[in-house]
Amino acid sequence: MTTATDTISAGHHEAESHGGSYLDRKGVLSWIFTLDHKRIGLMYLGAVSLFFLIAGLLAVAVRYELMTAAPDLVDGNTYNKLFTLHGAIMVFLVIIPSIPASLGNFVLPLMLGAKDVAFPRLNLLSLWIYFFGASFMVYSILDKGLDTGWTFYTPYSTSTSTAVISATTGAFILGFSSILTGLNFIVTIHKMRAPGVTWTRLPLFLWAIYSTSVIQVLATPVLAITLLLLIIERTLGIGIFDPAMGGDPVLFQHFFWFYSHPAVYIMILPGFGVISELVTVHSRKHIFGYKAIALSSLAIAIISFLVWGHHMFVSGQSELASAIFSFLTFAVAVPTAIKVFSWVATLYKGSIHYNTPMCYALVFLFLFTIGGLTGIFLGTLSTDVHLHDTYFVVAHFHYVMMGGTLIAFVGGLFHWWPKMTGKMYSEFAGKLSALLVFIGFNLTFFPQFIMGSQGMPRRYHEYLPQYQTYHLWSSIGSFVLAAGLFIAGGALFFSLFGSRKAEKNPWGGISLEWETTTPPHEHNFHGQPAVNCGPYDFPEIDHTQEKAHA
Amino acid sequence: MSTSSHAPAAHGHDAHGHGEHPKFLAHHFYTPEQQLTSAKLGMWLFLAQEILFFGGVFMAYIALRFFYPGTFLAAHEHLNKLAGAANTIILLTSSLTMALAVRAAQVGNKKSLINNLIWTILFACAFMVIKYFEYSAKFEHGYLPGKYYHGHGIEGAPHVFFGLYFTMTGLHGLHVLIGIGVLAWVLIRASKDEFGPQFYAPVENVGLYWHLVDLIWIFLFPLLYLVR
Repeated sequence: MTTATDTISAGHHEAESHGGSYLDRKGVLSWIFTLDHKRIGLMYLGAVSLFFLIAGLLAVAVRYELMTAAPDLVDGNTYNKLFTLHGAIMVFLVIIPSIPASLGNFVLPLMLGAKDVAFPRLNLLSLWIYFFGASFMVYSILDKGLDTGWTFYTPYSTSTSTAVISATTGAFILGFSSILTGLNFIVTIHKMRAPGVTWTRLPLFLWAIYSTSVIQVLATPVLAITLLLLIIERTLGIGIFDPAMGGDPVLFQHFFWFYSHPAVYIMILPGFGVISELVTVHSRKHIFGYKAIALSSLAIAIISFLVWGHHMFVSGQSELASAIFSFLTFAVAVPTAIKVFSWVATLYKGSIHYNTPMCYALVFLFLFTIGGLTGIFLGTLSTDVHLHDTYFVVAHFHYVMMGGTLIAFVGGLFHWWPKMTGKMYSEFAGKLSALLVFIGFNLTFFPQFIMGSQGMPRRYHEYLPQYQTYHLWSSIGSFVLAAGLFIAGGALFFSLFGSRKAEKNPWGGISLEWETTTPPHEHNFHGQPAVNCGPYDFPEIDHTQEKAHA
Repeated sequence: MSTSSHAPAAHGHDAHGHGEHPKFLAHHFYTPEQQLTSAKLGMWLFLAQEILFFGGVFMAYIALRFFYPGTFLAAHEHLNKLAGAANTIILLTSSLTMALAVRAAQVGNKKSLINNLIWTILFACAFMVIKYFEYSAKFEHGYLPGKYYHGHGIEGAPHVFFGLYFTMTGLHGLHVLIGIGVLAWVLIRASKDEFGPQFYAPVENVGLYWHLVDLIWIFLFPLLYLVR
């Protein structure tokens, strides 16, 4: 690969001669009390991976139960607890922090050419809050069980005897972590950019993180007050949400989705950002429609606040409101499609390298497109009334959350892994994992679209025999998917003990994180870096740039 | 970015060379101005999330008042308007002393800074004392929130009104208590002579927070005490 490193290596031999990496300091305390965004990112990564493993195994258990129409592995109550634990861990502990808190923490200051985030101590605090909230939540769910689903709908959540109060307290605490991380990132992007890193030279990953952070700061407090009011309702019975006490359960749904719909963009926008990086770097081509992609992230962030009612089409809200929410929901498709078309146009005539990250990016494009398009079915009022609470919904949100966000997360991990650890993984294992994940994922969730459209309701542990075949295929797919993810995890994990050292810039990226040593120095850069062209002006393609620099 | 290089002028700021770094300037900032504007932007974002947080209870207020207009009208007569008005005046005055404290920090007047911070803390405590007497009076009459309500003489769903009253004023009171805590923290730092025209971001940020706490009360007072 002839890469941009050629043109910059001259300025960097002195930096490399300094040696040293952020991983040099040893000892547990050097991790617990670190203010280094890179170490904090790695600790988030460790925690997120652990919870991903746990919640993934829970999902496999759920699928195992569903292989036959009769309840054989677990009884109904246990089944409710299993999927609640799966959903709650995946949403609150895995997907929301996955890309921003781990990859974002690591890469964001590097991309900006900054020494750290704006508030390093706040960053460490949000990590601790995350650990505390996560342990609190998991412990309370395991101790007393929780069977409300991750949505905590009233009046069931105000009357069930399971651990609603402690689990929501855990989610409440986690919210602080999310808010503080978002706040930190916004300020960092505004104030910590190196000379020459203008807004239009920000890597698109950062535009996505920025938009995500805006939602985190503005939507999460609404969830916090909602959960707090739910706790107060359960303890004091003040009559806000529980109809038996004079409250309104639909009000709870409004409150909950006012956060939780924007929250799905907290989950997916960072994935968009990762894909924007992977697609352009691994096809050696300038991103198509930089400004359109950047601004569409912001557009999604804004529209996300106006569409929560589409979760409530059958809740009894007014038909006019439902119709308006339905049309507003369609509006989300516009900026989203702008992104997908721009990525495809970036690939067009690009010099595509089928590296593992690129394979995952292609998997993402395929899966997310299906997930996004089926979202239109559900946003359409008339079809949603039919599809509501069926497996169609389950399949849809797995295609966007898992097929979108988590696939982008894994792809991004393969992309930045060499920079984070200084080690190269086995490309063969990486690509094999991408293939298995692709096959397994579609096998798991595509049959769910079909059975959902035929009326299979979600959240049941036994079902009519007519759905048996689909469930069987789906369960087999989930095993393949799990195998693929284990191979991906293994490829990364064992690379740590392997001897293959990563180059400074294995993919030939030209955004700033590739300019520093591998693994980066404790303070990221020696001296302050400066920048005088965009993050995707690859020299071997953009000849005007090359001449300008020569 | 392919030609990024080390700007020669920036070499002096190398992470290892803290030579020209003032003590108050964190290592990852290059100038005091960058640190100050970062801190202020962070605080404004924090205030934005606070507003969204309180927005939830205000929204609940709107919905419930819409359900129970008669109850709200009848129940609010049992709140002590005089105490509410006194607390409004106290908080507004504390905002003035807070603003004066920020000004004093900016111009480096340590004595005025400390005096004004002490006054602000005293006003905040006075607010909580009055709140305490108000709460005690409610408890005596059985005007407790939700299912603990056992008062008499109010038609409709007074438990909802008092549930909301205690939730809203309780959350606000909690913010006042936190405010007293951070004001005390700033006061201690001020007495150690840490602030001056070069570095006053903590004072200003605590001031911003305090004004928001004041502002929320300005909305709570008419919504709860002056229902018509």
